[in-house]
Formats: sequence, structure tokens, C-alpha cells
Amino acid sequence: MKYIVCVKLTPDTEQLVEVRPEDVGSGDLGVTMVLNPWDEFAVEEALQLQERVEGEVVAITLGNEDSVEALKRAVAMGVESAVLLSDPAFDGSDAWGAAAILAEAIKQQGDYGLILTGRQSVDGNSGLVGPAIAAKLGLPYVSQVAKVVDLTEEAITVRRALDEGVQTVRVPLPAVISVSKEINEPRYPNFMGIKKAARMKYPAVGADDLPGLDRGQIGAGPALVEWTNLRKPPARKSKCQFIAGATAAEKAAALVDKLIAEKVV
Amino acid sequence: MSILVYIDHFQGVGKPVSWEIMGKARELANELAAPLVGFAVGQHLDGLAADAIAFGADRVLVADGPAFAQFRAAAYTAALKAAIAAAGPRIILAPATAGVRDVTALAACELGIGLAPDCQGLALDGAGNLLADRPIFSGNIITTVTFRGQPQMATVRPRSFPLPARAEARSGEIVPLEVVLDARATQEEILAFETTQTGEISVENANIIVSGGRGVKGPEGFAPLRELAKTLGAAVGASRAAVDAGWIPYPHQVGQTGKSVRPDLYIACGISGAIQHLAGMSNSKVIVAINKDQDAPIFGVAQYGIVGDLFEIVPALNAAFQARLGR
Repeated sequence: MKYIVCVKLTPDTEQLVEVRPEDVGSGDLGVTMVLNPWDEFAVEEALQLQERVEGEVVAITLGNEDSVEALKRAVAMGVESAVLLSDPAFDGSDAWGAAAILAEAIKQQGDYGLILTGRQSVDGNSGLVGPAIAAKLGLPYVSQVAKVVDLTEEAITVRRALDEGVQTVRVPLPAVISVSKEINEPRYPNFMGIKKAARMKYPAVGADDLPGLDRGQIGAGPALVEWTNLRKPPARKSKCQFIAGATAAEKAAALVDKLIAEKVV
Repeated sequence: MSILVYIDHFQGVGKPVSWEIMGKARELANELAAPLVGFAVGQHLDGLAADAIAFGADRVLVADGPAFAQFRAAAYTAALKAAIAAAGPRIILAPATAGVRDVTALAACELGIGLAPDCQGLALDGAGNLLADRPIFSGNIITTVTFRGQPQMATVRPRSFPLPARAEARSGEIVPLEVVLDARATQEEILAFETTQTGEISVENANIIVSGGRGVKGPEGFAPLRELAKTLGAAVGASRAAVDAGWIPYPHQVGQTGKSVRPDLYIACGISGAIQHLAGMSNSKVIVAINKDQDAPIFGVAQYGIVGDLFEIVPALNAAFQARLGR
């Protein structure tokens, strides 16, 4: 069976604050782009599960040609195969369109047992593509997976977080899961992996290469949602008032007065 | 055409976010002269349905039965789709809570409905279309999502709207919802559920959060923070450093890889204020920082700061609050 990991190239989180609203959607954000940190947990989990139930790990990404960098990181970590989905016809797709494209590519891979995603991307923040892939392929979907308790060719048993507790749930394969940061610690690529990733070829797979894809679902035209009025959030007005006092008790008393006056207590 | 509100609950007790959304939905329904319909799925939901009417629903559709006793995404999705078919809504609103995020995504994708997730603001345009404000780029950019076609769906973060008042005198209709569950809808086997509810307030629902970072130095270091939290009726939060070190469980983590919170007061103890942490708490109304390092970035977002040892300051704060609040 195959483990399919869906990954995305996203801004380095240290530089998210530098992204200008007017650059969003332009194709060049002017910041360093990396493998989405949430996706690293998904790649790592696939690599670990591969040791329990044999199977090839395939990383797939949908984006512009630069998205190859996300695939390279996955390959450097140990993933065997990688697929770059890139075509102007894909641009502007909403989450359902993106899922339609990814689902078609996954169907073309065949023999998929487990599809893994990270919780969300650090730029889109939607967490919608994972469940949408499950919807498109008619598969079970389990999110917030903190631990894979058991895995066979037929079924997966996981512990997953809900608001009030942890649920142990089993679903038949094939299935889609999104993983949380509790699940593992992603490995750093080693030198051999980095060399392999650099030598590998990543041909762009386009709409013409996915004959089963319904073109009426992709691109900006059919998109059901649109981002408008992109802006920075209102700046916090404060300059920090440092509380003075000779003792901890004095400082504490002064702060308590201020907070009661602010009516937040 | 109605407005449909998904009421999230735990074992029949409505989550505050459900009522916050109901209150806002009531305003929108009045603006559109549309009926407000609640939807709940689970077991033993009579009390919940009555609460929904008290909080503003005109009608409540209830999928109540043993098949729904535990959260199962596919079964709950089937129930939501049945509610959408029954209510014919133009707008669908739901809490952005674990579980409901999955169900709304699955239903919206299957039905071809536009969905704006994790929103913090809602309004209508001149033609009665939904405008949904949401943070993107981990809160560094805000966007207003607009929709094509109808219905239009949004999930909403806790504490985006105030909790409305209950009106016990309100009356409304409670209607059992027929849900057909096929084989695909019943594939999830729930083997166990361990509650983490220890009576603690969760950070995403809290008015006040006392939060600890690397400066807390260890699991025992959270003890004075818990004492202060108890005095204030607050939740205890944590930075990624404290959680990764194993000092406090992950549900307490605030930040980009944890939870987004919006309390009235956020007290950051021994937290340096990395960008990734700020991404989770910069919507707090008032931020207080306690740190030994006067150059810590957290002081750049705090209204009030104390440069000092949190192990001296936090107990002193606890004592001062107890004295002033008579607790």
C-alpha cells in the first residue's frame, strides 16, 4: 500500500509578519518559503508507519514551481517519491478545487492506503483541504491524531484530540488523517537525503496529465469563496507601562489597582 | 430562507461559543427577516434544544439517538446534511471547535457550499450575503471572505461575540430530524473516550488566562500560576517551550501550533514572546508580562510589565488579588 502525504510550501514562520497584504496572491511574497511546519509531522509519521506496515511513501504538493522545495525537504527526510502538481489552470482554486486536483493525483497513484496531512498551513490556516480530499474520495477522515495505536493493511486505530478528551477510534483503510504536533518529533534530513533530494527530478504534472479531473471544479472561476480587503490587523495601541515598586508586594498591589481599573478582573 | 446555527455541546451541555454565535445569528436573522433555526446532534438533547430557544432560535432540529452518542465525523456530517436539507438555509454558522471543524468541512465540500473557517467577525452586505472576517498568515493578515452562490457557511471562533442573555419566555419549535445512516456513515468505531475535563476552564473559552513559559523552569513551577488562576477564575496557558518540555499538557498550549485565545486579560509569566506565541494571544484585550529580562519581546505587546522573578511576583499578585477581591 502507499502512504500519500500532502504537503505545502509556506512562508518561514519567523517572516510571516513581513508578508504584505498586497503581495498575497501575487505568487511572490518576498519571504523565505519552507515546507509547512505542520506537514513535517505528517511526513515523519508516514516514515515511521512505513516501518510497521510496508509501503511506499509519496509526497504530493500543489503549487507553483517553487513548491518543489517542499518536496525536496520530504525526500531529504526519507520519502521515496514526490509529485509536483503545477499548472496555471490550477491557480486560484479554493479548498474544494485544490482537493479535487489532489484527489485525482492520488487516484492516479493508486493503491493508496493512508493519506496524511498536517493540521493546517501557516498561511491559509484553513485546515480544509484534508477533509475535502476525504470527501472527494469518499474516505473516512480523522483529524487531530495524536498517536497511531495500531495499523494493519485493513484498518487504522488512532488516539485523537477533541475539546473535552481523547477518543480512540478505528476506521477501515483507505482513510485520510491529519496529525497534530503531539504525534512525533520530525527528523532532520541527513546529508545522504539532501543529496538524493537534489538529484531527483520533479516534473510538473498539469491538468492535461490528470484526464479524470473535472475542469469545472478548478481555478478561480468555480471558487465559492474569495479573500477580499486584505489588511494588517489593528496595531496594539499600547506602550508597555512598567510597574515600579520597592518590593514584589508593592509592584503586585500597583498592578492589581491598574487591572481593576481596566475592568478586566 | 433561514439562518442555520450548529449547536456544539458536550454530553448535552451547550458550549458557550454556540450561544455566542446564536446571539449574533439572531441579529442577522432580524436584519434579513429570516427564521433562525438551530441544529444539534448527539444524545439526550431535550435540555439543549430548550436552551437554544431561550438563546434565540425560532426552531431547533434535533438528531438525537444512540448512533450519535459519541462524536463520529461521518455520522454527524450526515446529520448536518439532513438539517441543511430540512432548513433550506441561506447562511449556516457553526463553532470552530474540534469535531465541528471536520463535520462542516465534510458537509460543505460534499454539498458544494462555500466555507470560511475560523472567523472572528460576521456581517451582511447590501444584498444579504455573508461577509466573514478571518485571520490568515497566522493572524498577521485579516481578510473579509465573500461568497459565490448560496448557502454560505462560516465557522466562528470562541469569544468572537458576546454571550447573549437568555429569554426564558421565548417559545419555539423543537423538531426531531430523520437521519439515514448508510454503511459509509457508520465506519468509525469508537473504542474509548478519556475525558480531560478536570473542571478546568479551557484557554479558548477563558476570560482570563495565566500563562507560563520557559521561565517557569519545570512542572512544579506552574503551581504558583495555578494558584493565581484559581483566585481569578482563570485558565492556565503555556508556551510551546513549556509543553514540549513536558511540563504541562498540549491542550494548554497557546500559539501558532497551539490554540488561539481571546481573553480580556492575559498574564504571561516567564514567556519571552516569540512571534509564534504572539500569533495565539495578540487578540487579548489586556496583556501583562512578567519576565526577568527587560528586553524580552513580550514587553513589546504588553500594556503592563513587571521586570522581576515570577516566583516572587506571581505569589505576590495572588495575595494582592485575594486581598482586593475578598477571595
